[in-house]
Amino acid sequence: MSIVKAVTCPVCGSLCDDIELTVENNEVVKVKNGCAMCESKYLGYKSEHRIRTPLVRKDGKFVPVSMDEAVHKAAEILANANYPILYGWSSTNCEAQRVGVELAEEVGGVLDNTAVVCHGPSILSVQEVGIPTCTLGQIRHRADLMLYWGCDPWSAHPRHLERYTSFTEGRFEDSAWKAYLQKVKAAAGKKKLVSAERLEFVKSRPRPQTQACTISGPPQTLKKDGRKLIVIDVRKSMTAEMADYFIQVEPNKDYEVMQAIRALVRDHELDVDKVGGIPVEYLEEVADALVNCNFGVIFFGMGLTQSAGKFRNIDVAISLIRDLNRRTKFAIMPMRGHFNVAGANIVSTWQSGYPYGVDFSLGYPRYNPGETTCMDVLLRGESDASLVIAADPGATFPKRAVEHMVKTPLIVIDPHMNATAMLADIVFPSAFVGIEVGGTAYRMDNVPLPLKKVVEPPAGILPDEEILKRILEEVRIIKAQKMAKQAEAA
Amino acid sequence: MVQPKLRVTLLTGRTIEQGVGKEQGKSSHGYFEACSMVYMDAEDMKKLGVRNNTNVLVTTPNGSVVLKAVKYTRGSTPGLIYIPYGPWANAIVSDSTTSIGMPSFKGTPAEVEAAPDKPVLSMKELFKSQFGR
Repeated sequence: MSIVKAVTCPVCGSLCDDIELTVENNEVVKVKNGCAMCESKYLGYKSEHRIRTPLVRKDGKFVPVSMDEAVHKAAEILANANYPILYGWSSTNCEAQRVGVELAEEVGGVLDNTAVVCHGPSILSVQEVGIPTCTLGQIRHRADLMLYWGCDPWSAHPRHLERYTSFTEGRFEDSAWKAYLQKVKAAAGKKKLVSAERLEFVKSRPRPQTQACTISGPPQTLKKDGRKLIVIDVRKSMTAEMADYFIQVEPNKDYEVMQAIRALVRDHELDVDKVGGIPVEYLEEVADALVNCNFGVIFFGMGLTQSAGKFRNIDVAISLIRDLNRRTKFAIMPMRGHFNVAGANIVSTWQSGYPYGVDFSLGYPRYNPGETTCMDVLLRGESDASLVIAADPGATFPKRAVEHMVKTPLIVIDPHMNATAMLADIVFPSAFVGIEVGGTAYRMDNVPLPLKKVVEPPAGILPDEEILKRILEEVRIIKAQKMAKQAEAA
Repeated sequence: MVQPKLRVTLLTGRTIEQGVGKEQGKSSHGYFEACSMVYMDAEDMKKLGVRNNTNVLVTTPNGSVVLKAVKYTRGSTPGLIYIPYGPWANAIVSDSTTSIGMPSFKGTPAEVEAAPDKPVLSMKELFKSQFGR
């Protein structure tokens, strides 16, 4: 039995690097410090859902084949395709992503990563207006106001608050954890009292009706010292329950609300009562809190990128930060989902010049979101083969896009039998990155962190990088043979 | 008798159960339980005559799917339904990318009706009906 400390968790974009794993007989048996998803990954990686050998679909059923046969078949599909899609890349290391770019260039395909259904719109906005951002370390030590807009870190990045924002002990800012616990205890006490009154154990007393927000000033919770947590979302999420202030915006109205806050931050008056279903007084309170903090951060998620307006929502969020920086200090950060989606953007940019949706079909990289993004290629029914690695479009793409993917030959590289693998023609089992393979991954603030190899992969199971290298080599051989044949015929 | 239908706004997104399920394995029971459901507002459920954990049929211009309706207990969300990301949500989400590559996963119109007798399909059954695989 051995204990491995400071392991980087390969689940979400928070990339917590303080995980402690107990390893026994080449298996992870205990996880310390991790969240529910982290535990599920480290204890579930060896489950029955693991793919054990390469599989090829014959007569509608999967048949196990040798690695060489699977590599040859996959390479044949890619080498003969006119316009293949190479999608995924976000749950693997940068080393594999680099080989992926080379493969995409070799086969003249569309290289796209999960940002297309995640923070693709954020990237578009950043390209238009830039991004004033910082690292999570700065936020941990200095930020005294966090605003989560359209995201629910409690569900998607469970340790984000605890490690980087409100509930962490920074050098210059204290944790708001104790205050939160007191709030929870007080609420529980109040609940008990109400139920005792209802059951007539105690005499009920008239209590003044307390409102979350009043016109006379911000609620007590926003006046408090120390770190403040504001959540703006379309529904009261778990994160919203923890917040000092929560504002419920109508769906698809984030753009208006943000523009209204921008106007208020610039000291304009609004001549309407409500914006996006929110009384203007509430927005004034938020604007006051934003202007009066020392260092604030806005974190935003899919609530902005996937609802009406999409990249325009991010445009205006970044513009709000620009406005706020005239009054105080502010930064903004997207809540990246997959643990290495930021790395996929970085590797793709470093190698091809573009972060996602890169089309190599003309022999040089081209980028035109809406045209060269794999979602649009699939919906237009243009691709004639797909390679999916380290992502699961079968569970994340709209039905019509998957429909076209399934119509054409589909190659999947994944450790688990995921939704896409179930629909595939060729399936490669791969080693778990961050458990059985090391490498580099980029955190949501674009800080690269090393991933650790803690156990050996099962016999015969290769890392993504190795599988891709073999396919690339085979593609080159097939293409050379084809050219030799053509030359002979000529 | 005509079934009452409710016009709502469809949201899809993450839940912690979906996150745990996806790490366990997409074919795990946990993932099925976490994703083949829809969070609804308590008042909306009353309007439809739907009780907690009974099945409903959600329809959009892109298709329809049977899901288990679960009451949302953290505050009210009248006129909103929330389906965790997964193949069930994908069966009905809007695939309009507005020419920027991103489908409209949130904030699209939908209709809900009670469907206590219709079963929720497993991922295999759903794929078989959608893609023939």
